[in-house]
Amino acid sequence: MHTVAAHHDESKSQYLWVWGALLLLTAVEVVLAYKQVFQPVQMLEALMVLSIIKSALIIGYFMHLKYEIASMKWVLMAAVCACLCLMFVFFPDAFRVVRLGVR
Amino acid sequence: MADVVVQHSMAEAYEPSLFGTYSKKIGMWLFLLSDSLTFGALLFAYSYGRISNPDWPTPFHRESIINATIMTACLLSSSLTMVLGVLAARRGDRAWTRNWILLTMLFGTGFIVLHAMEWSKLIGEGMTPFKNPWAANVPQFGGTFFTLTGMHMLHVTIGVIYLGVVALRKKWLPILLVIWLAAWLATPADNVFHTGVHVLLIGAVIAAFILFLKPKDYDAHDVEIAGLYWHFVDLVWMFIFPLVYLMSTRITG
Repeated sequence: MHTVAAHHDESKSQYLWVWGALLLLTAVEVVLAYKQVFQPVQMLEALMVLSIIKSALIIGYFMHLKYEIASMKWVLMAAVCACLCLMFVFFPDAFRVVRLGVR
Repeated sequence: MADVVVQHSMAEAYEPSLFGTYSKKIGMWLFLLSDSLTFGALLFAYSYGRISNPDWPTPFHRESIINATIMTACLLSSSLTMVLGVLAARRGDRAWTRNWILLTMLFGTGFIVLHAMEWSKLIGEGMTPFKNPWAANVPQFGGTFFTLTGMHMLHVTIGVIYLGVVALRKKWLPILLVIWLAAWLATPADNVFHTGVHVLLIGAVIAAFILFLKPKDYDAHDVEIAGLYWHFVDLVWMFIFPLVYLMSTRITG
């Protein structure tokens, strides 16, 4: 197994901090949900914001995207965000069904 | 016509990568991009059903939420051990690379076992892909739940097999076959996992093809790429956990 020179400063302690932050955010999510702190729509928004922060930590640090060059970061993240956001096109229809009522 | 042998060094033959990294890593990122759209579609389908049905069932009470939280902690911890394995591989420390990856696989297996027990409990309560005991007019709850979490469970299983190939190479095959046999014999015949566990056998056959047809010594790059896949599986769970479990908690008492 040949070694690959680490071209950036990374240490175990940094990963431990990220891991701790992820566990903490998960605990916050569980408390928010279990104590029913918000109404459902605000709850969904709060949970999604926390989940996006968690995924940013995972992508940035654990998947090392923070240390890739700018074109790699932008091409990957712009592509995936654009494609996922296109799926929001379905939600107005879901709300339409709610307004119609379940028959 | 005789082949023309062009003599040049690698540096002259290839332009530097547009993305500043090696092609295997770009390949894995592209796969993960497409896979995120697969999970995106499943999550959006689940959310569509959730929004459009006011009677969506909320079957996840205290034990389920505690169970799912432990599963989340398992996956997050496995991501930590994976990244430490990648660091060890970069240092050239073979023993610790293997140890960290084995620990990652252990956490992943813990996740799968806990998830399988939860599935069995829900199925025992009468939930199928076509009906559920909590809301008779929302039959799609079972379908979307089992598709989404089943797809994720399959990804975790593939991840554990993949990591085993990278960490143990051919030694992994007999271990995987023993795990398959033990899991098959240990699950009751009427349990869905009595059949589902054969995924391990299919995985072992595919791993055997790869290991025997293209034997190689997996280096730090391969460990890093396996790590990318593993972190992605963790990442997807960060969305399934709040959307499926936390948005459907049942608060009693």
